[in-house]
Amino acid sequence: MATAQTRTLSRIMMAPAVLVLLVWMAVPLTMTIWFSFQNYNLLNPMMTGFAGWGNYLYVIGDPSFTQALINTLLLVGGVLLITIIGGTLLALLLDQPIWGQGILRILVISPFFVMPPVAALIWKNGFMHPGYGMLAHLWEFFGLEPVDWFNQYPLLSIIVIVAWQWLPFATLILLTALQSLSEEQREAAEMDGANAINRFWYIIMPHMARAITIVILIQTIFLLGIFAEIRVTTGGGPGYASTNLTFLVFRTGILSNDIGAGSAGGVVAVILANIVAIFLMRAVGKNLDA
Amino acid sequence: MARSASTPTKIGYTALAWAIALLLFSPILWTILTAFKTEAEAIATRPTFFPETFTLENFAAVQQRSDYVKHATNSVIVSLGSTLLGLIIAIPAAWAMAFAPTKRTKDVLMWMLSTKMMPAVGVLIPIYLIFRDLRLLDTVHGLTIIMTLINLPIIVWMLYTYFKEIPVDILEAARMDGAELWNEITHVLVPMAVPGIASTVLLNVILAWNEAFWTITLTSGRAGTLTAFISSFSSPQGLFLAKLSAASLLAIAPILLLGWFSQKQLVRGLTFGAVK
Repeated sequence: MATAQTRTLSRIMMAPAVLVLLVWMAVPLTMTIWFSFQNYNLLNPMMTGFAGWGNYLYVIGDPSFTQALINTLLLVGGVLLITIIGGTLLALLLDQPIWGQGILRILVISPFFVMPPVAALIWKNGFMHPGYGMLAHLWEFFGLEPVDWFNQYPLLSIIVIVAWQWLPFATLILLTALQSLSEEQREAAEMDGANAINRFWYIIMPHMARAITIVILIQTIFLLGIFAEIRVTTGGGPGYASTNLTFLVFRTGILSNDIGAGSAGGVVAVILANIVAIFLMRAVGKNLDA
Repeated sequence: MARSASTPTKIGYTALAWAIALLLFSPILWTILTAFKTEAEAIATRPTFFPETFTLENFAAVQQRSDYVKHATNSVIVSLGSTLLGLIIAIPAAWAMAFAPTKRTKDVLMWMLSTKMMPAVGVLIPIYLIFRDLRLLDTVHGLTIIMTLINLPIIVWMLYTYFKEIPVDILEAARMDGAELWNEITHVLVPMAVPGIASTVLLNVILAWNEAFWTITLTSGRAGTLTAFISSFSSPQGLFLAKLSAASLLAIAPILLLGWFSQKQLVRGLTFGAVK
């Protein structure tokens, strides 16, 4: 069908999108790599020249980097774990015949539309505040000492907030997948005497695998870049207890004006994300074969 | 599997589902209620559920404190502007990929998606410096450009999956009937593509509205969107709970409503049609 003429036309039509994205990738990324080998501090113009691997050694040797790396993995892993397991269970529940399904869906999906800084502030001030937060009242009701969440469990607090935001997404996608499972298939399995657990493992889970892959892929893209939730709650602290790679680069590059070291951190973040991406894209490439 | 469940079972499931749903919704519900309380009531040691004295003064205070209307306007301009710009670039591309695919179309698509994999911090510093030199820092059009770029892969992908479902036979039939290319586009393709484009617009407005990383790092007072505006409430003076709730409610209400009305389209859009 594709004649030489349509092929040319097609190239012309694709050109703007491809060029724009190519420039958007290549230019800043090249600059980041270039800066990462330079001594470059906005506050100290005396610092110039080639830095070799200095910035990388400085960044990687810095204990805060190791901590940020671990935090990034804990944050992504923790939220994925909560949202996938919670989302599957919730989707199974919402798939049952229940009253008010329409309203229930609206209530459950709502947190997904709350912008990240608002989500974080609601939790910080309305729920987790040790003085007048809801949880503090709850703790007091049971005669317990209120917990200062962001100081005692900073990373866990952020994981809870982010998981709250992403659980609806996982639930919605998994519920949609679940509802596309044909009724006959389930009934046939039931007839054959498969119990609920067997039906779950051998019929429902294989059917959901694709949806779960998609949820993991999309969430990972966004979770690697968690920023606002940290910015408005703990500011990365106490110390570096809740700093992830994104926040570390922001702190080094933009707040401390150390362009060289910040860029080195950025390059490391890109490399790590790409390692994750290779695995994910493979899975998705297989799954999306239309 | 339990389509014909007995009534007690149904009551049990319903109760459990409502309990969980309300629990998940409670932070939002709490924010809505607190927004109408007086500051004293909001932080009272004996918390109230419904506002005892219903007040709108928090909303007025929010506007006074840092000009909500200006930030909301910025949010609207950036969301709509970036979506429109994205569509202009993406529609031809998605069109070509769906209707005149070559061997490399799929590679190009995967490559575009992979650009979303690049963490924003990887390019933050150069973008910050380029924006500084071009005087684009803290400007609405600068932010619109960034928003277009970060959402472009998603727009292309969404449009592609929607366009692909338009049967090529119909196009060919139209061509056979002697329709000119222009007529083919305006009379056959566009009407069939409109629902897909509408869903794409919806999802991208939501994504752009809620984008926080770039709005916080590239703007301060002037071009700040609502995500930047609300982040400024993290400072100690922002601890006025009732006012914070009012500001939060104002910031999320438009998108919350939009999201409620469009959940069905969202699933398709968010998963590029891979989950139906």
